[in-house]
Amino acid sequence: MQESTTINNFKSEEYFINMGPQHPATHGVLRLLLTIDGEIIKRVEPDLGYIHRSIEKMCERDSYQQIVHLTDRMDYLSSHINNEAVCLTVEKALELEIPDRVKVIRTIIGELTRIASHCLWWGVMGMDVGALTTYFYGFRDREMINDIFEETCGARLTMNYNVPGGLMWDIHPNFVNRVKTFIAHFKTKIPEFDRLLTENIIFQKRTKGVGILSKEDAISFGASGPVGRASGYSCDVRKYHPYSALDRVTFNESLQTEGDTFARYKVRIQEMWESLSIVEQLIDNIPEGEHRIATNAVIKLPKGEYYQKVETARGELGVYIVSTGTKNPYRLKFRSPGFSNLSLLNHIAVGGKIGDLVATMATLDLVIPDIDR
Amino acid sequence: MVLNISNSLREWLSTMMPETTAHILEMVIIALIYLGIFSIAGLFLVLMERRVAAWFQLRIGPNRVGYQGLLQTIADALKLVSKELTGTERADKFLYNLAPYFVIISSLMALGLIPFTENFQAFDINIGIFFLIAISSIGVIGILLGGWASNNKYSLIGAMRSGVQTISYELSVGLSLLTMIVLTGSLQLSEIVEVQKNGWLIVQGHIPAIIAFMIFIIAGTAETNRAPFDMVEAESELGAGFHTEYSGMKFAYFFLAEFINMFIIAAIATTVFFGAWLSPFGITESLPWLGIFWFLLKTLALVFLMMWFRWTFPRLRVDQLLTLEWKYLLPINLVNIVIMAWVVWQNLTIQI
Repeated sequence: MQESTTINNFKSEEYFINMGPQHPATHGVLRLLLTIDGEIIKRVEPDLGYIHRSIEKMCERDSYQQIVHLTDRMDYLSSHINNEAVCLTVEKALELEIPDRVKVIRTIIGELTRIASHCLWWGVMGMDVGALTTYFYGFRDREMINDIFEETCGARLTMNYNVPGGLMWDIHPNFVNRVKTFIAHFKTKIPEFDRLLTENIIFQKRTKGVGILSKEDAISFGASGPVGRASGYSCDVRKYHPYSALDRVTFNESLQTEGDTFARYKVRIQEMWESLSIVEQLIDNIPEGEHRIATNAVIKLPKGEYYQKVETARGELGVYIVSTGTKNPYRLKFRSPGFSNLSLLNHIAVGGKIGDLVATMATLDLVIPDIDR
Repeated sequence: MVLNISNSLREWLSTMMPETTAHILEMVIIALIYLGIFSIAGLFLVLMERRVAAWFQLRIGPNRVGYQGLLQTIADALKLVSKELTGTERADKFLYNLAPYFVIISSLMALGLIPFTENFQAFDINIGIFFLIAISSIGVIGILLGGWASNNKYSLIGAMRSGVQTISYELSVGLSLLTMIVLTGSLQLSEIVEVQKNGWLIVQGHIPAIIAFMIFIIAGTAETNRAPFDMVEAESELGAGFHTEYSGMKFAYFFLAEFINMFIIAAIATTVFFGAWLSPFGITESLPWLGIFWFLLKTLALVFLMMWFRWTFPRLRVDQLLTLEWKYLLPINLVNIVIMAWVVWQNLTIQI
């Protein structure tokens, strides 16, 4: 890496700079080892381990009901979807027939979680490119969703609403009305997002043609979620392997082909519209019925291997359980979307400026506890 | 006002001490007055920025200390004064300590030239505009020194960006003002104001003047290192840029100077384009002491415009910043001077 070039007798040398673990652009405790030549990035090496809590090892110790609670602490912005993934795996293994009501409520809350996550991402994305005001606009709308969650689940961030076999409680009587209010409110706010940031010429200049990821690279790096879809790689788990109530709604997979930072941005904005439409289709016909079916107090999965994947706000989350027939899993592996998406950072950031790196990293939408479990 | 006061002050002082001593004492007193204006204006602008930002960001902003938070920044300043001054281990101590004073002296000197109202100007020299541009460029030396002496790579990147940025945009600031000088025929600020009694220069010079104003306000924002040109600080990229390693009052110097520089840019724009302390259509010509009100009104409106930029626009990238200056603003500016010269030559100016 220590190559130096000579241009007009000026020796230009690369230098090393440490971005993180305490750096505003790394959103958490990610540390990037940067090799820079002036302003140009020569090499990016992510260094993880600052928030490692051995969640997978702890899962081997815990019962299946307890594991659900741990998953909140991985990708905390899609906590409901993480819970759902574990519950779906356990239910699949036990071959439980889940009531329709549970399926619909899980999907509605899952899509609201996705909107909340994208709202936060949008705010932080703006902040990373220097428009501080977006942060507050994003949080304003996320706040409404959090309030709905607080009323129904009792928590705003780490919700723990799912249990194997259904939901912990039934929805709050206000739930349907408040969600409808939110849909009406948010439909007027996404165009506001566009006016404030998307249509801004500086923002477009900053993001178009920056951090380009080709479709082939997206597939070979295992990119999923908005990052993969922005490169034209159709990979929406909700579309190809529908779970819960997603098979009874119609929605479009948001695809872009450019693969640059702006494409990743556009995909997420479109996803907010799609999620809104999914919630809108389901909110009026939540079936009556049980919110939970009885399971044994101690859940023992039959001996075997089970895998279930879901689409979190960041991409494909896989849960792989190896059971030996006891009350604990023998091994539990999470396939987290953030880890694969981070792995391609070096590939797309090299050659750009420091500002490009920050903008690119923002559109990968990294949540460090998800990567560093 | 100050000139009148200073004349009577000098007469009064010279009655009881020798001429030279009286002169020096007078200068000290005027300097202290300007230091007061400097800190009060700085603190007020910080508060204004915070309230304006809050307004843009769906927040309330500071409203607890004093009436509507008026004492908030004073409380903040007291906190900063009482803080320990920390520094880096192997920093160049001398330059590190010197840097904030470069920044603060340059903005303080520039403040002395601002014609707040008729006669309220510390010194009115015949090369006024030239002096303003020259003195406000000294500030960048402070930023460069601070970034270099901090012994921090992020600071150094910030300082180097600042050097590149300020030197580039200096050209546009100078040339856009030069366009107006073609119209006024004088560099002296009081004469520039005098000319505007026949209509503000932005009206007199119409199209080229409006272009010059737009270039000036863009380049002025870049000169003060404020968003969308805050490459120097770029908190999401460089932490705090050149003042990462500064704390306490030394940090406050940089911080206050930034706000005063913004005020100075707005004040220059007011003086050169919007008739300084002259009231619109001469509505309060009979009440000359209202000049200061009109001056501050116009200046604060421009300051508000710059705050509006800051809280809505994303930041440019460093190469885009230079492209904007060298490929767009500078050529437009050069053509604009020729247009202005032609307008003046053909007598196409609008006189009211």
